[in-house]
Amino acid sequence: MIDQPNLNYVNELAGDDVEFRGQFIDIIKNEFPLEKEEYFGHVSNARVKETAEIVHKLKHKFNILGMENSYKLAVVYEMELLEGKHDSQSKFNEILETIEEYIKTI
Amino acid sequence: MNCIIIDDEAMARAIVRQLCSKIPELDVIEEFDNAISAIKFLNQQDIDVIFLDIHMPGFSGVDFVQTLKDPPKIVLTTSDTNFAIAAYEYECIVDYLVKPITQERFEKSIAKISSISSQKPQAKIDSKQDAVEGEDLYINIDRRLIKLKLQDILVIEAKGDYIDVKTEKEEYRVHTTLKKIKEKLPEKLFLQIHRSYIINFTKIVDIEDNSVLIAKNVVPISRSNRPELMRRLNLL
Repeated sequence: MIDQPNLNYVNELAGDDVEFRGQFIDIIKNEFPLEKEEYFGHVSNARVKETAEIVHKLKHKFNILGMENSYKLAVVYEMELLEGKHDSQSKFNEILETIEEYIKTI
Repeated sequence: MNCIIIDDEAMARAIVRQLCSKIPELDVIEEFDNAISAIKFLNQQDIDVIFLDIHMPGFSGVDFVQTLKDPPKIVLTTSDTNFAIAAYEYECIVDYLVKPITQERFEKSIAKISSISSQKPQAKIDSKQDAVEGEDLYINIDRRLIKLKLQDILVIEAKGDYIDVKTEKEEYRVHTTLKKIKEKLPEKLFLQIHRSYIINFTKIVDIEDNSVLIAKNVVPISRSNRPELMRRLNLL
């Protein structure tokens, strides 16, 4: 079961600062689709090191979106990639889809 | 305090800037998405604190620290705790914040910086032994950095991709190698006596033919390491 993304951390940081909250949402709405596309580009071209790099970048977003279990899976997946494995790939891909759906709602 | 933020991710920079905005004495004067641009900036302007991401493509945070001749205080910000021990080798690195950074943890870090800034420089310690007694080792356990006094460590044992650090009160499992930890330990205190064991030389209770007793730990001595152990005993 994939944990659901949320803005709890961002809301806590923002407090009454509506501008920061808006800025954060803009950044994630802009960055995430690009990073997701980059990730799938590296996967389909079997660029393992580059895939691990973008997984490293994406996992930070999981953390910020309160997805602790997904973050842990991304840590494992990043290590797997560096060892030439990709057992966690399908679960990782599911997480990306979950986030993509979520950011359409914020 | 003037500060700058270096992180290749816009979201991470926005978060640190937001954290800084709640601290009246902090003034973010610039932010950079790469370390090279920051170096050029630092050549022209003095600042007090750098919030620095370690994991950046091309030129990493650690590379950046090594290039600075007279570095200001640096707080590392990262989601990867694997660099923690290496980071504390640099005197200028005063703290290590694991993302996502909470306001509470961030404020503690700023309090630490303020405290360090207000301290008068201490006289240098002349005695090597005193210097060893004052040293600590930070180990990374479940994304937490735990400070150990070197003097309290009894035995370090290799366990595959991990090491077990045994003290009189606790035992810690750390994801690193014996070779790496050995580089961090002063030779005055520590000696490798087997391919899987490093001991605190000062904690030896007794020695038998093929083993050493350290507190309640019986540690094997390998044939190849035995001469060095004997040589060190002669020094006592």
